[in-house]
Amino acid sequence: MSETDTRTQATSGVSLFVTRLVEARWVIAVSIAAILSVAAFSSASWPFVAVSVLAVVAVAAFVPRRSRARRRRDAEAASLLSPVERLSAERLAEAVPDPLILFDQAGVIVHANKPARSAFGSVLGGVDLMLRFRAPELQELVSAQLAGAGRPTVVDYAERVPIERHYRVSASSIGAGSGLHVLVFKDQSELRRVDRMRADFIANASHELRTPLASIAGFIETLRGPAKDDAAARERFLDIMNSQTGRMARLIDDLLSLSRLEMKPFVAPDEKVDICNLVRSVIDSLNQLAVEAGVEIVSEIPEGPIEVPGSRDELIQVFENLLENACKYGQSGKRVEITVERSSGGEPGVDVTVRDFGPGIPDEHIPRITERFYRVDVEESRTQKGTGLGLAIVKHILTRHNARLTIRSVLGEGAVFTVHLPSA
Amino acid sequence: MHIVSAYDEDLKFLTGRVAAMGGMAERMIETSISALVHSDGPLAQKVIGEDEKLDAAQREIDDRALAVIARRQPLADDLREIIGAIRISSDLERVGDLAKNNAKRTLAVATTRQSVKLFRGLQSLAELAATQLKDVLDVYASREVSRLTAVRDRDYEIDAVYTSLFRELLTYMMEDPRNITACTHLLFCAKNIERMGDHATNIAETVYYVQTAEQLPVDRPKHDRSHDVTVDTGAAAPGGAAS
Repeated sequence: MSETDTRTQATSGVSLFVTRLVEARWVIAVSIAAILSVAAFSSASWPFVAVSVLAVVAVAAFVPRRSRARRRRDAEAASLLSPVERLSAERLAEAVPDPLILFDQAGVIVHANKPARSAFGSVLGGVDLMLRFRAPELQELVSAQLAGAGRPTVVDYAERVPIERHYRVSASSIGAGSGLHVLVFKDQSELRRVDRMRADFIANASHELRTPLASIAGFIETLRGPAKDDAAARERFLDIMNSQTGRMARLIDDLLSLSRLEMKPFVAPDEKVDICNLVRSVIDSLNQLAVEAGVEIVSEIPEGPIEVPGSRDELIQVFENLLENACKYGQSGKRVEITVERSSGGEPGVDVTVRDFGPGIPDEHIPRITERFYRVDVEESRTQKGTGLGLAIVKHILTRHNARLTIRSVLGEGAVFTVHLPSA
Repeated sequence: MHIVSAYDEDLKFLTGRVAAMGGMAERMIETSISALVHSDGPLAQKVIGEDEKLDAAQREIDDRALAVIARRQPLADDLREIIGAIRISSDLERVGDLAKNNAKRTLAVATTRQSVKLFRGLQSLAELAATQLKDVLDVYASREVSRLTAVRDRDYEIDAVYTSLFRELLTYMMEDPRNITACTHLLFCAKNIERMGDHATNIAETVYYVQTAEQLPVDRPKHDRSHDVTVDTGAAAPGGAAS
């Protein structure tokens, strides 16, 4: 039996005796058995046997099994233990804002704190660390750590799908013979993305901005030369130039908005959002646009609040983009329907469906319309002042929310965009 | 747990090596596409070099698995685990070969400077395939097979994007014969990526079998309709092209 330290001191009276008896149960059992067997063979009187048994139990219950000096030492040691030393590693891990994973000498995950669970999903206790983090650098880092590299080591690690994230990962041993090691992930996504954003901006934006820029340059040349004194042409050209600069401005806005989204560190959204209210407010804000386009928005939204974890601003942007698209490209249908309902079957959550009755989207384009700058019909997109980024933004936000976008369409009958937001 | 702890170590070694191969294959998909998109020759060479490591790892797994079978006579889930390691490693080795093939095409594509729009579709296709592979390998680590059905069903997304890409590339070739060299190479690249998705699906099936001793239902959705895609010569309007 091991001596319990602080616990025995805290308990008192009956519970103290009970504890001692329980701790000494095997010794007591063996003593009683010995007394009984001796009694059976030597024909001793039963009262004597009963007294002996009671004596054994009483000694076990009343006599402290540690010397006074030892008890004093233990008490002193306990009071000297500072709060830091008594803190459990698990609680400390929970308080760290960066993902942090504790693993043992066999490379098995012992504990993953909350940020780690939300960043890496299936990091559960008992999973082999090397199976989950397969990138060559991390494999090297972890095996070096397990092989007993003395000092902490650091590598850069990137997860590219489903969302690009960069971490600086350091491994170190917790030490003190615990046989535990710790991996700490420091999010570097923001720094890396500034670089990437610049590269992306040049690659995508230069191409997209060149077209309106070329047309403006062309008109300026015409205005300077052949159309110098033609007042009517000047008016018309200035109008076109105006709309082209408008397009460039919108494009830059959308690009910046997408880049801002990509710059945000990845955290699972924990704010609760009422989808019903949110969709209603989106409809209100787009009413003007719908009236101008000659489209009627028909909504079917249940009364009660349906809450899902999410970021309010980002979800507003999702539904604004979807509804705006439906009004613009489904204009010929004169009607747009938006419904909110709890998902039936499958994963619990809420389904928001935006349906238009326009020309629909040809099959071969459906899988790809969420790509950046992908357009089904270039001319149509231009006249509707589209930037080719709306659905890319929608898709990006939904990936962050662990949500799904399903697109169905029958040519000539319109298109249906369904957003499924999981409730947990 | 087994009485002979060396047996446990053998099994752990196999799953560990399979995961390491998975990591290499995932990395190769990423870098091969990045090399292709940025016409980065040295990076492509690196991918080609990586493939040797993957091949070596596969041979190592094969040898070790055979040795374990011969020495320990495994039964039931141990046997499935070992056979699974052999099958998954050969799928991953194929993924590596396909990534290597994509990397090799980098130089041919780079000889004529192509506009970004040609690569966007390819990039998103590769992203889908990489996500698929990552999800499957994550399940191999966590053994939450309930997530596999969804993973496998998503293969149709890859097929659909591939079909669409096929059409788009045909259109570009139709527009301008000078595009044909690059577009043909890109078409093969797209096909390679689509095959990677299929290998990921195979791995999903193997993982499911290893864990449950049952097969996933066979009727897997097929949406690759590229075999009947034709493009009218008269109507050579670019599919989703932005000018």
